[in-house]
Amino acid sequence: MFIYILRRILYAVPILIGVNLITFMLFFMVNSPDDMARVQLGAKQVTPQMIEAWKVERGYDKPLFYNAEASGVEKVTKTLFVQESSKLFRFDFGRSDANRDIKEDIKARMGPSLAIALPTFLIALVTNISLALLLVLFRGTVLDTTAMVIAVMIMSVSGLFYIIAGQVLFSKIWHWVPISGYAEGWEGIRFIILPVLIGVFSGLGSGVRWYRSIFLEQINQDYVRTARAKGLSEVRVLFSHVLKNGMLPILTGVVVIIPSLFMGSLIMESFFGIPGLGSYTIDAIHAQDFAIVKAMVFLGSVLYIVGLILTDISYTLFDPRVKL
Amino acid sequence: MSLHLLLTDILLWSLMIGGMAWGVYMRKAKAGLEAWRDIFRSPVAMVSAVILLFYLAFALLDSVHFKVNDPHRSDSGSVISLLDMAMQHRRTFSERTYSAPFATQEYTRSVVVDKKGVTHQSFLPLKHVSPEGFWQKSMWGMGVGIALALLLIFLHRRWLRGGHERGEPLPWRSAYMTFAILTVLFSWLYVMSFSFHVLGTDKVGGDLFYASLKSIRTGMLIGTLTTLVTLPLALVLGVSAGYFRGWVDDLIQYLYTTLSSIPGVLLIAAGVLTMQVMMDQHPDWFATTVERADIRLLFLVVILGVTSWTGLCRMLRAETLRISQMDYVTAAKAFGVNSWQIMWRHIVPNLTHIILISIVLDFSGLVLAEAVLSYVGVGVDPTMYSWGNMINQARLEMARDPMVWWSLFSAFIFMFVLVLAANLFSDRVQHVLDPRNVS
Amino acid sequence: MRIVRAVNHYIVWCLFLSFAYGGLWNMPYEKGESATNTLFSTFSVAPKHLDPVRSYSANEWAIIGQIYEPPLQYNYVDRPYRLEPLTLMRMPEVTYLDENGTLCDENSTRVAYSRYHLQLRPDIRYQDHPAFVKHSDGTLYYGKLQPSLLSSISSVWDLPKRASREVRAEDYAYAIKRMAVRAYHSPVLDTMRPYIVGLDSFSKQISQIAQIKHQAHRPLDLRAYTIEGVKVTGKRSLEITIHGKYPQFLYWLAMNFFAPIPWEADLFYQQEGLRAKNISLDTSPVGSGPYYLALSDPNRKMILKRNRHFHTEYYPGMEKTELNRLPFIDRVVYTLEKESIPMWNKFLQGYYDASGISSEAFDQAVEIGSSGSMGLSDTMKRKGIRMIGSVEPSIFYMAFNMEDPVVGGYSESAKKLRQAISIVQDQEEYISIFMNERGVAAQGPIPPGIFGYVLGEAGTNRVVYDWVNGKRVRKSLAYAKRLLAEAGYPDGIDPQTKKRLKLYYDTTATGPDDRALMDWRRKQFAKLGIDLVIRATDYNRFQDKVRRGKVQIFSWGWNADYPDPENFLFLLYGGNAVVDTGGAGINSSNYKNPVFDRLFEEVKSMENTPQRAKKIVRMVHIAQEDAPWVWGVYPKSLVLVHHWFTQVLPHAMANNTLKYKCIDPKERVAKQQMWNQPVYLPLLIIGGAILLLGWWLYKLYEKRQRRTIRERR
Repeated sequence: MFIYILRRILYAVPILIGVNLITFMLFFMVNSPDDMARVQLGAKQVTPQMIEAWKVERGYDKPLFYNAEASGVEKVTKTLFVQESSKLFRFDFGRSDANRDIKEDIKARMGPSLAIALPTFLIALVTNISLALLLVLFRGTVLDTTAMVIAVMIMSVSGLFYIIAGQVLFSKIWHWVPISGYAEGWEGIRFIILPVLIGVFSGLGSGVRWYRSIFLEQINQDYVRTARAKGLSEVRVLFSHVLKNGMLPILTGVVVIIPSLFMGSLIMESFFGIPGLGSYTIDAIHAQDFAIVKAMVFLGSVLYIVGLILTDISYTLFDPRVKL
Repeated sequence: MSLHLLLTDILLWSLMIGGMAWGVYMRKAKAGLEAWRDIFRSPVAMVSAVILLFYLAFALLDSVHFKVNDPHRSDSGSVISLLDMAMQHRRTFSERTYSAPFATQEYTRSVVVDKKGVTHQSFLPLKHVSPEGFWQKSMWGMGVGIALALLLIFLHRRWLRGGHERGEPLPWRSAYMTFAILTVLFSWLYVMSFSFHVLGTDKVGGDLFYASLKSIRTGMLIGTLTTLVTLPLALVLGVSAGYFRGWVDDLIQYLYTTLSSIPGVLLIAAGVLTMQVMMDQHPDWFATTVERADIRLLFLVVILGVTSWTGLCRMLRAETLRISQMDYVTAAKAFGVNSWQIMWRHIVPNLTHIILISIVLDFSGLVLAEAVLSYVGVGVDPTMYSWGNMINQARLEMARDPMVWWSLFSAFIFMFVLVLAANLFSDRVQHVLDPRNVS
Repeated sequence: MRIVRAVNHYIVWCLFLSFAYGGLWNMPYEKGESATNTLFSTFSVAPKHLDPVRSYSANEWAIIGQIYEPPLQYNYVDRPYRLEPLTLMRMPEVTYLDENGTLCDENSTRVAYSRYHLQLRPDIRYQDHPAFVKHSDGTLYYGKLQPSLLSSISSVWDLPKRASREVRAEDYAYAIKRMAVRAYHSPVLDTMRPYIVGLDSFSKQISQIAQIKHQAHRPLDLRAYTIEGVKVTGKRSLEITIHGKYPQFLYWLAMNFFAPIPWEADLFYQQEGLRAKNISLDTSPVGSGPYYLALSDPNRKMILKRNRHFHTEYYPGMEKTELNRLPFIDRVVYTLEKESIPMWNKFLQGYYDASGISSEAFDQAVEIGSSGSMGLSDTMKRKGIRMIGSVEPSIFYMAFNMEDPVVGGYSESAKKLRQAISIVQDQEEYISIFMNERGVAAQGPIPPGIFGYVLGEAGTNRVVYDWVNGKRVRKSLAYAKRLLAEAGYPDGIDPQTKKRLKLYYDTTATGPDDRALMDWRRKQFAKLGIDLVIRATDYNRFQDKVRRGKVQIFSWGWNADYPDPENFLFLLYGGNAVVDTGGAGINSSNYKNPVFDRLFEEVKSMENTPQRAKKIVRMVHIAQEDAPWVWGVYPKSLVLVHHWFTQVLPHAMANNTLKYKCIDPKERVAKQQMWNQPVYLPLLIIGGAILLLGWWLYKLYEKRQRRTIRERR
């Protein structure tokens, strides 16, 4: 078990190097360090001297992949790519182009991101599963078919509509919640209600359908038939057998997402003015802040890989048939 | 005027022709045909298919472009499509600013100086509407629609009776109903569009009915052409990985794990920004704004394709692994049949259901993704008509008081119907083709 | 309707009692916060640099303008804009010196240097700050923060001890020395280098020292160095010597670049442990102004609080009593609002005290009166909202690249092409559609409110407009077409290619609103039969193209740094042409006219005399004739304020105006309560629907259960 996990973690290293290489190439095709300097210095008149000083300060004056001026191994190591990626692997994200410490910023912004993502995830999980169970209970009735049609309809609407409509209705017309903003602690609840509700609702269609199909698969299994034949009530059967046995596919499908919750939601955060990692990323893309984008891509990839490893582990923990 | 096909036009049409060729080929294969008939046995699938075909027809109509050479025309040098020609009356004449659907005056008041030299605010009348004879025109529009629908349905019945109907009858009635409703609706809207802005106008007075129709092509292109990129990539890499195993498998697995571990939006954003730089450095590539937007759309499609082949590839690899264990494949190997032949003859045909399911499943996702990408600022060209651009603008309009709801509404309806039809159809395809669905 | 209202009322009471919660549901602040003497405002972009040496954007100045105090300020009420001493006893005295350093007459041709004598007020003190706490030997108490203490703090206010001290002349000198250090990236260093005596050589020398110190991880204490032209002559007196005559220098002294920096703060913030925690002068300023930054979270919120050491200052023109003593407001909360929509809605709900008007909200807010003047709409008036408007000293223009072979050049035909294009750009329509009448069609480079601007007929651009019956009338399309034909493009057909003339317009327009704008642009050119190809790029690429002169037509704008015509005319001065200066110049259309350039050099250092005005008029005429720009728009700024927010005057140049403003929190709370009562009915309906659905499901389930049991039997 331990060796297996270790192997998986080691396997992640080349992947992360690949991720770095891709982002690096893409970004430097777009942006020359001179461009970045101009954006960051942001003054009305930017002189060549100012740009040079900025590049030297940030270490952007080195070549990308191959340093012809250096000697020996340094030809490869004294380059932007090696220098920047090796820092990433130590989780040293450096300073953003606005001269702020990225690690501090990420730490500070993880909270708000989680404040939205975690409740959305949990509430969605509970609602989706209970609604799916309900539909399985009433399978084959008008309720089931209508709900399925509604689910497809919910899926067919762009998430942007939900956000726009939600803001207009709940904030502008009915004054139920603040339009946007964020606060820490219990004070902050009224800010996150709407984004969480919208997040749950927009995922309702696909979620309920997925869980329903999992439960339907279970309900046709022999042991469920036997249980029912024993005279157990429909609800008992659902909870003690169908839900229990459906837990494994649910678990393995869900675990992979959990680490990525830290990354926050791009759209939701920028619409509702939540100072989380999602809006951080979008702002960085708009401002072409390479340091932040690189850090976020790296973080996203790490979290995804962690998710994969967790999934594997949960398989071995909960499914007796899988042996490593 | 001369024919001037854009790159995406050519691709869309070749995709169409390829699809048809495949259809003809499928008619020969008995089992495949049965599966298709099975799909259409559901009235819902039939209705969805008709709707999808309707959208496709608009996209195709909008994908035959001509260049205006006549130097005396005001739009000389521009590139216009068949749809533009049909909508000429709404393309060239625009109002000044917002107006509601079927309105006769502008939505906002503006400053007017009257004859006495006094300025005041009033609602200006719209320039290009003729409100008289609403009912006659409606009757006429609907009449034409009904006649057209009946004619086409009649022709189709004749054709079916000519011996083309085989086996169990398909639910044609629902197809006819849908077709008739859509035809009547659109012919009415089309006739009315000569005298009104049927869906209102946007901030600079552009007709939203025209904009919505133009957006169909953008949505359909993103939904369909992306497969043109994903499919070969996923197929070649997935099958090779599953068949050859060893280091090939390792390498391909590494490739797709790496790509899929990067957050999607970031990868797309970086790709789009890169492409923009490339386009900026070569302004001579495009003669007109339309071509420029077209190339950008194409690049977007390529980037979406490159970022979204990994899921399909993974599935194909797993399935190939399974199939290549089977007896007939091992036998073929033992007889020394060429690897490529085994893959082509024995493996790929058994993957078609996976490919089909993923194509129809991806379609709606891609149409929806376009809107989000436009919001993030890495979508299609801002000069291009697309639902994403419409929603993006509508976001600001909803903040007005009273609200300008119609542009959001138009984008919503057009997009919703397409995605809903695609989702329902893909459900059916999945239901029929997925071997795990025994029930 | 009445029943609905009654039901609504009933529910309100029920909910009120059940929740026992008096606060408003959509209140974006803490409970009771809006009842205090606090101003609620916004910022749309997270401020990156609050360090006055670096900061050069309006949103940053809006904050640090309240914290730092340069020697001079603009008078809040006087128009035209007038400078007055802020931390000085009186306006700086200027003496003129010749090459040898002996005094000479102001108008003498021998003038080689001007010397500014600054005399500080004795009662200026810094805010309380940990950096000022010292050991008995004069070293900083918090100069070497231990890791254990560092790990327990997240802002400077977590350090327990604080102190203050008097502002001295050396602090002003210190700020100028910081400006010289390259690594601090001061945006005005290259502008100031040719003026301040010795700054150029000092900058080179100190930048090297700074680099060495940086590599050795040693702090840079600038007290040990001096600039030749900046002399501290006493505890409270300072002399700045500049090359030649440059009367605009006084305006620079009113900018934050010249605000004092205490050496204690500079050394304190150079500790690496603080930098790693994002605590630096960029996030935690130390000033002597009316407020200090009590909370600095640029991603969310900034809070200013009253500085108790602020010197005595009274509202200009009012009695010098305690009642009129500045500042009036105790606390300011700036919240980050990136989007205009939530910001506007919160303003209407009373949660922000002032707001700009986005174009989406415009016709809801503003009505055009019978005389053509703008007034508030009735709904706004009923809410007690007031409108404050002024034309800004800014210009948005569309420029031709004068180096371009087609639209550029000074031949008669090129000039006519540009003039024809200028005529068909219907700026009035542009202002009406895209700016909601919030602008004035520009006639030349100098906007209203700046010396040299001429009103009425005399100020009309004769190339584009006619003066008919006391009104400006744009010249006809036919006339423009004739000009175009004379330029060699009859009906817009290029005789060489026999096709329509194709021109390229570069823009950064990629937002949602921009498609409309680009369509409009194309339409304007199409009137002449010219094809406009739009090349949209990101801002970087666009700037780069302009710098290398690889554009044909593009739009740009300029905001005045100071209210002097020189600050606008230099945009057209040949010596600033962007292609000739390797991208550093700001004459982005590369306009070079020898007569214009000669006049500019004369006008540059003149006082505002009638002769100066005459010369400026001539320059404007030359530029109008050559038409290197389509003189676009002078934007008008409109600000809406609630009636509880008073003493708000528009001032385009000053950025330290917060101290003059006033808030009535009681009135605000009352109005917020009135405007934000939640609508309960939908909640009830939704709740009812869910209950009904649940009941129905239960029934359905029971029925099923009974059936299955029966079946089993």
